[in-house]
This record gives sequence, structure tokens and C-alpha cells, in this order.
Amino acid sequence: MSLYRDVAIVLRTHKFGEADRVVVLLTRQRGKVRAVAKGVRRTGSKFGSRLEPGSHVQVQLHEGRGELDLVTQAETIEPHHRTRQDLQRLARAAALLEAVEQFAQDREPTPRVFDMLAGGLRTIEERDPAMITAAFYLKLLAREGVAPQLDGCIDCGGTGTPLSWAVEAGGVRCGGCGGGRAVSDAALSVARAVLNGGLNAVLDLPEDATTHEVEALAVSALEAHVERRMRALRVASAG
Amino acid sequence: MATAYAAAVQELIDCLGRLPGVGPKSAQRIAYHLLKVDATEANRLARAITEVKDKVGFCTACFNIAEGELCMVCADTRRDAHVLCVVEEPRDVVAIERTREFKGRYHVLQGAIDHLQGVGPDQLRVRELVRRVGTDEVTEVILCTNPNLEGEATALYLSRLLGDVPGLTVSRIASGLPVGGDLEYADELTLGRALEGRRVVESENKEH
Ligand SMILES: [Zn+2]
Ligand SMILES: [Zn+2]
Repeated sequence: MSLYRDVAIVLRTHKFGEADRVVVLLTRQRGKVRAVAKGVRRTGSKFGSRLEPGSHVQVQLHEGRGELDLVTQAETIEPHHRTRQDLQRLARAAALLEAVEQFAQDREPTPRVFDMLAGGLRTIEERDPAMITAAFYLKLLAREGVAPQLDGCIDCGGTGTPLSWAVEAGGVRCGGCGGGRAVSDAALSVARAVLNGGLNAVLDLPEDATTHEVEALAVSALEAHVERRMRALRVASAG
Repeated sequence: MATAYAAAVQELIDCLGRLPGVGPKSAQRIAYHLLKVDATEANRLARAITEVKDKVGFCTACFNIAEGELCMVCADTRRDAHVLCVVEEPRDVVAIERTREFKGRYHVLQGAIDHLQGVGPDQLRVRELVRRVGTDEVTEVILCTNPNLEGEATALYLSRLLGDVPGLTVSRIASGLPVGGDLEYADELTLGRALEGRRVVESENKEH
């Protein structure tokens, strides 16, 4: 049995046995790791609130024989106090965790995705931009090499208006080719900005019809890629 | 692998495996145990399950476990109907009853808001809570959901939802240090909350 240390973000947890939880961690060096946190549901647990979804921690783990490791220590690196006290932030943070869990593979290191997630959660904690989820999803797709094609028609390369969003094709279609969902020029240019180095400006945008449109586009693109519905943003608690 | 067992045994393993906290290995172990024990013992378990499903359901007022229309707390006329303690699960009622500190009634949400599982207020007994609070009988609500991420999200939601109801006091149970533990082992959040929730101690020697 070997012991290792790593930084990690808790992606998800579920109850296990009497008072334990299985925590699904994205570790920086080892990718996605499932581990048991013993006694974590007891009120006097040494882990306290450190192993809840979204926690950014330094962990020590025992490598298990099966697929489950064992958490032996956890220390907080970045607390997310404001996120815990705000339903809007909680929903957005959960949306990031949920997507990363779909992308990350068991024990396959993805330090860049880890850093993206840590940065995303920090941004939510600090200023909670309306565009954070959409931007994160588009960046995640780009990182996987499956960014939606938004510049020209996915079929003919043309740019004849009106462009429409063809989620199953992974891009936009021109007016001539047709087929897809109506999408505004404003939403397309925001989405393009995310993918072309304009992230910071995008994160300053206030929430409005355009940001909602971009979010819907990004969510549908991500869902088409992972072939699964994203749950977090559909929970109607923040509204 | 699944076909290695007789169909009846496999069905038992499958059923057991769907129970909370029971993994496939435990399900196998319990199934073999049940095969080995004598028939009276196994039948007793089967009967207990059938009886529970026949007789026991949820209280129509608070959604606690109940034999009949109302649970024992709601049926007890000595309980204070002005105060509602909101909890996630029936087992939380049991825990609070053990303290003998609470004289009011309960409202069991049957879960908590959990974004990652897609559980929102619509999947909980929130509408029923709002309806109960709307009667002039209820004047105080104590939010007693778990002090974890999901329980806090739920308390946050409910405090906003119920915060503006005229004449209603909404409070959240204090979270602080577990009694019997050492300060140095407390996590930052718990310790922070304990500091926030500190109270003035009255010295017995103090001049009045
Ligand atoms: Zn075209
Ligand atoms: Zn009841």
C-alpha cells in the first residue's frame, strides 16, 4: 500500500456505508480518483467540511487494491465561503464540477483541466460572472479539440446570413444550407470571443438575453459531446 | 457473470444491491446468508418488510414516517403547533426527539437541494411547507437541515422563500464545534462559524 499526496478538487461525493462517503476527486497529478473518506458524515469528523463538492484541498491518500483509494488527510487550499452562501454561485460551481466529471478519465492526469477548474471556481467565488459557465464549457470543448465551429458554415464554409446553430453538426450553418436553431449575431460574437482570446472581456458582461443565449448554446454543445444532460443548471433554486 | 446464479438468487442479489449503502459484494454476502439461515428467520424478515409497506407510510401533515394518517408527533395534541422544525429525513426527527429539547412539530422535506444530482425544491416537500406556514397557526420555523453543502443550500433557499412571510420567525440551527473534540482538529469553516456564533458568558461574580 503506497501513500501519496496531491492537490485535488472534490467533483462529487456519495454516501457509502454507515458514516463514510466516496469522494470523486480531480487530482492534479493523477486525474480522476475515487476514494473513501471514513467517518466523514459524523459531526465530529476530522475532515469537517473539507471534502464536499467544490472543495480545493491538499490531500494524502492511501492507494487501495481495488478502484477505491483511502483519504487519510485533507487540508483546505482555497476556501469558497461566498460560494457556499449563495445559491446562484452554488449552481454555477456545480455546473463546472459536473462537466469536468464527464470529461476527466480515471487516473489520467489532466493538470490543465485541473487548473482551469480551480480558476473557474475562484472566479465564481470572487465575482461570479454571468458568462462563467458558458465560457468554461466552450473552453473545455476547445481543450478536447471539439470546439464548436462558429466562424463559417459547417457544411460549405460560407457566411451567408442568417447563421443558425446546428448542435448535432457541431457548428453554425449558413442561410443557404439552412437547418439549425436561430441564434443572434450578438451571441455568436460573444461565443467566438471566448474561443479567440477575448475571455476577460466576456466575463465582464452583465447577465442579459445574449448571455443566456450563449449559455444555452454552450450547454447544448457540451451535452451533445458527452451525450448526457447536465443537471446543475436545470435545478430551479436560484431564480 | 450474472448468469452464474439461479434466477431466484440473482433476483435477490439485485434487490439487495439496490439498497442504500449495499454494494454488489455485500449484496452477494447477504443473499448467501439468507440462503443458509433457517426458513423462520428468513420469513420473519420478509414479513417485516411486507408489514412495514402495508402499515407504515408518510404522515399527511409533516411527511415523517407514520402508522396511519398522522405521525406520532403530529397526533400528539400537547406538541406546540406554532413551531415547525424543518428536517431532511425522518431519521433526523428521531435524532432531535432524542434531545427532548424540542416541543414543536416537524416538517420532513424528504431530501435536500443537490445541484449535482439535479434535485431542486420541486422534488422536495417545499410546496407543502409553504402551505403549512401560510396558516396563522405557525409562527416560527427552525431550519434544521444538515450542516453540509446540500443542507445549507436548502436552508439558504428556504430562508429566502419564507423570510418575507409576515409574522413568521425563521431561524437556522447553530453550527459550531462538536462537543468532546479538540479545537485544533476543527476545519476552518466549522471554527469560523463557531466564532461567528459565539455568545457572551455571564460571570457569576459579576456585579449587577
Ligand atoms: Zn452553408
Ligand atoms: Zn407528522
